Amino acid sequence: MSTLERSTEQKQAEWYANPAGGRSEQPAGPPEPLENAAAQVPVRMSAEGLTVRYGVSTFGIRDVTMALYDRKVTALIGPSGCGKSTFLRALNRMHDLGRDIEVTGDAFLDGESIYAPGVDPVVVRRRVGMVFQKPTPFPTKSIYENVCAGLRLVGMRKRSLLDEAVEKALTSAALWDEVKDRLRSPGGSLSGGQQQRLCIARALAVEPEVLLMDEPTSSLDPNATMRIEQLITQLKRQVTIVIVTHNMQQARRVSDYTAFFYLGEMVEQADTHELFTAPKESRTQEYLHGTFS
Amino acid sequence: MTDIAVRSGPPSGAGLQLNTGRLTAARYRAPGDRAFKTVVVALSSAVILLAIAMAVVIYLEAAPTFRAFGYLSFLSETTWDPVAAVHGALPFILGTLLTSFSALALAVIPALGVAIFSSEYAAPPLAALINYTVDLLAAIPSVVIGLWGIFNFAPQMRDAVYMPIYLWALEEAEWMLPIIGAPSTYNFVTATLILALMIVPYTVALSRDAIGQVPREQREAAWALGATRWEVLRKAVLPYARTGIIAGILLSLARALGETMAVAMLIGNRNRLPFTLFGPAATMPSVIINEFREAVEPLHYSSIMAVGFYLFFVTIGINLLASWVQQKLSLSKGAV
Repeated sequence: MSTLERSTEQKQAEWYANPAGGRSEQPAGPPEPLENAAAQVPVRMSAEGLTVRYGVSTFGIRDVTMALYDRKVTALIGPSGCGKSTFLRALNRMHDLGRDIEVTGDAFLDGESIYAPGVDPVVVRRRVGMVFQKPTPFPTKSIYENVCAGLRLVGMRKRSLLDEAVEKALTSAALWDEVKDRLRSPGGSLSGGQQQRLCIARALAVEPEVLLMDEPTSSLDPNATMRIEQLITQLKRQVTIVIVTHNMQQARRVSDYTAFFYLGEMVEQADTHELFTAPKESRTQEYLHGTFS
Repeated sequence: MTDIAVRSGPPSGAGLQLNTGRLTAARYRAPGDRAFKTVVVALSSAVILLAIAMAVVIYLEAAPTFRAFGYLSFLSETTWDPVAAVHGALPFILGTLLTSFSALALAVIPALGVAIFSSEYAAPPLAALINYTVDLLAAIPSVVIGLWGIFNFAPQMRDAVYMPIYLWALEEAEWMLPIIGAPSTYNFVTATLILALMIVPYTVALSRDAIGQVPREQREAAWALGATRWEVLRKAVLPYARTGIIAGILLSLARALGETMAVAMLIGNRNRLPFTLFGPAATMPSVIINEFREAVEPLHYSSIMAVGFYLFFVTIGINLLASWVQQKLSLSKGAV
């Protein structure tokens, strides 16, 4: 165990010492730096040989190594069951909650391993927020209390601070104007799109560094989807975003980088424009051209 | 194109015309359909009619008592003495309410603890074992629990608990004597404890179901905010499940109100107020089961019916309250 840790630490050190260092010949080397501007953008999170196994032999993802850039939107695309959600959930240790799920390899937040012994997954999740496929407001709580939920967890009690944080989070989530007069009504009384923005506000209220979005628009109508997409492009000024999407057009519209997953492996990560216009891997090409889905 | 061509072609089956061209044709209302509908409608109306008929019959049988004592005086009269032809239901109503609510108060917290532990904390094999055991406990016939209570639980409680407390109170706290009373083996406390034991499995099973119905997304949403296990439970799971839990508690209460056998065996059966903690008492079901065979006097018989009539309404009331709570607190109405 300790040798494994040391080796990942070493790899990590190498990667940070030489982020632009050319292509590695080793199969499990540090993430390949993206060409063009990417090399200059700081890395917020990275995965090193991240593997998630369900039970003994079923792989959710296998040996994924990639970087997520600071205050950029990274889209994860790929066919159903390719492991993109599995990867996303590995980034805030949601897999800890499942039974018979084994995570190996490592992931780093600001250079710090989130899987190291002694790391509290609760703390990781406070810094890496998450928005789910279906809007999940707490139905018994008011809009105000929904946004506060995370703040109350960290022990914030003072009314004025809470009021301020709620307004800020709701404004960031482009929901403030629609709900400011009914903060006391239940979260469940909002429309689907509003509920999803409420969930985004709830995640933003604790000021996370990274926001993971698992197909956040797949249960929404086109209008609500458009609002969420606009929101994502605004939000990337404050927070690093990783978005899983089924919709390739959406990936094109909102993301700066795109990673293509297939059969549990990360096939290719590149600048979004580049990946969609000139994919390097033949599997990416075939997927984009609809040869399989 | 080909599809249409096939359909408008000559019918393939010999003489079987599938398409008459008329939408109003009664062809698809097969006789089996109608028969099934008739049976289902008949059975469902039978259930409703049966309930109404039962209420009407019990009321008619109870009517002489209501005429003799009046609806309210029958409820408020503290003495039940068939020999003197004085019939008051108050002792039994108080006995039923006191035993049921005390048992509920004793049972709810432990039952919720078991339900939460088995559904949230226990490893699957342990949870399965707990659930199986709890279900088994619910399946024990109440007369068997009553037997155990009579020959084991009650005598031991008398020697280990009631007597020492009574003797202590004689010396140290005389003011308590009117409340605890002279200890008898079969008494109010014994019956209440056994009743609590009997409703625990129900409360566990119903709250467990309510907790199990909380969607995974709700838990994950709380986890993703950085909630600890206890916080997930308190912020996401219990609020979501509260409707089901409260309804489950009310249904357990309804069961406690109607529980007859074990209570009748253990409560000691005293037909007049005042009751004491360690003295015998009675409940509505217990007086019915104890006296229905001896009720030769018409007024005695009809008074028993009247007690049954009130019991019927109390349990119906609790059930209605449970469904009202379920609606009132349902998530779609989104009460804060």
